[in-house]
Amino acid sequence: MKSLQVSTTINGDAAEFLCAPDETLLDVLRNRLGLTGAKEGCGTGDCGACSVMLNGRLVCSCLVLGAEAEGAEIATIEGLAEGDVLHPLQQAFIDHAALQCGVCTPGILVAAKALLDRDPDPSDEALRYWLAGNLCRCTGYDKIIAAVQAAAAEMRGARDVA
Amino acid sequence: MRYARPATAAEAVTLLGQQAGIVRVLGGGTDLLVQMRSGMIEPDLVVDIKHIPGINEIRAEAGGFRVGAAVSGAALGDHAGVCALWPGVAEGFQLIGSTQVQGRATMAGNLCNASPAGDAVPALVAAEAVARIEGPEGARDCPVAAIPAGPGRTTLKKGEFISSILLPARPERASDAYLRFIPRTEMDIAVASCAVSLVLDSAGTITVARVALGAVAPTVVLVEAGASALVGSKAGVPALAALAAAASAACAPIDDKRGTIEFRTEVAGVLARRAAETAYARAGGRK
Repeated sequence: MKSLQVSTTINGDAAEFLCAPDETLLDVLRNRLGLTGAKEGCGTGDCGACSVMLNGRLVCSCLVLGAEAEGAEIATIEGLAEGDVLHPLQQAFIDHAALQCGVCTPGILVAAKALLDRDPDPSDEALRYWLAGNLCRCTGYDKIIAAVQAAAAEMRGARDVA
Repeated sequence: MRYARPATAAEAVTLLGQQAGIVRVLGGGTDLLVQMRSGMIEPDLVVDIKHIPGINEIRAEAGGFRVGAAVSGAALGDHAGVCALWPGVAEGFQLIGSTQVQGRATMAGNLCNASPAGDAVPALVAAEAVARIEGPEGARDCPVAAIPAGPGRTTLKKGEFISSILLPARPERASDAYLRFIPRTEMDIAVASCAVSLVLDSAGTITVARVALGAVAPTVVLVEAGASALVGSKAGVPALAALAAAASAACAPIDDKRGTIEFRTEVAGVLARRAAETAYARAGGRK
């Protein structure tokens, strides 16, 4: 198969890569660009561990071809922290023990940020529906919900952080 | 496999028409990439239609909306005009998959994947939506109802693809609704489903009805006897009972791990009744 040359933007930086026509964006990120934050859980769009933002929409990078990244804007978990300063969501996940093995965590953080960017004060129900495509087999989800709500409160500047 | 990104519909038609072997259109990819990964298909050519002008847009047209074939569920859900005019279409489409899948999935893709259980399809059929098809002979319009030919098969010919779907204009006091049964609350495949579209007169009497069932036959089923049961009524108990009976009678389902023939047949009637009540209330009808 002939390799394709792709020019894209990842976390605000221009990026170029070569990929096979049937190679997924997830494989490109992990194997060609060294961005291993997005994880392969199922590879079929069911688990959300590979979640990234593509042109402002939350997507599973396992269901995107690398070739489709041409001219696109991609945001990954690697762009969440600002240097050494963790994003409030990342800090809240640590503070609330919202992870154990951590494989689902990058996808959940990307997905949660996408929601909070749209709705800074979601109900627990809205949050659970939004994150229904992010499977976690460790936490039982309650701590994840608590962590996201705590981060949301902090990001809103609320005083009473749960 | 070859990947192509045509810049025009004509270029896409040429690519789709000339390539021998297995050719697939890539819209949102939420079915195609899963099928490729599982080895169900090994395409010789994938044609990414998302760079054709207008294909990512929703445009007002003749009192309705033309939805480009690459418009995602997330984008449709953000469009207040479509959600107000055709809430049943919007809710059916948005039931498909997770937030992530909604970020990519398209109505045209759901239609062309041709699963009997496609959640976007019954409401489109109830809405009398019309697909714009680009092909070797130019563009043609085709009712959505005429696209599915059977599980995994469509009536599209070699070289053809859907570029947009038109949701038509509606009069005042009109609305629609879509309901499906799944054994959980989120992200599952319909065991049975029903869309109902209604138009009421100023007294709240139903003047036009369209009823479409999903997952109870090889393709979506338009239930004309169910629509007839509603017209002339105010969605009262006898009309709803007649609708439910007609919907159940129109079922030709299969037994599988998700539901039996008996269950699907029964539930289709219940869903029809409930969807009709929701559509009636949305259209401003009061009982």
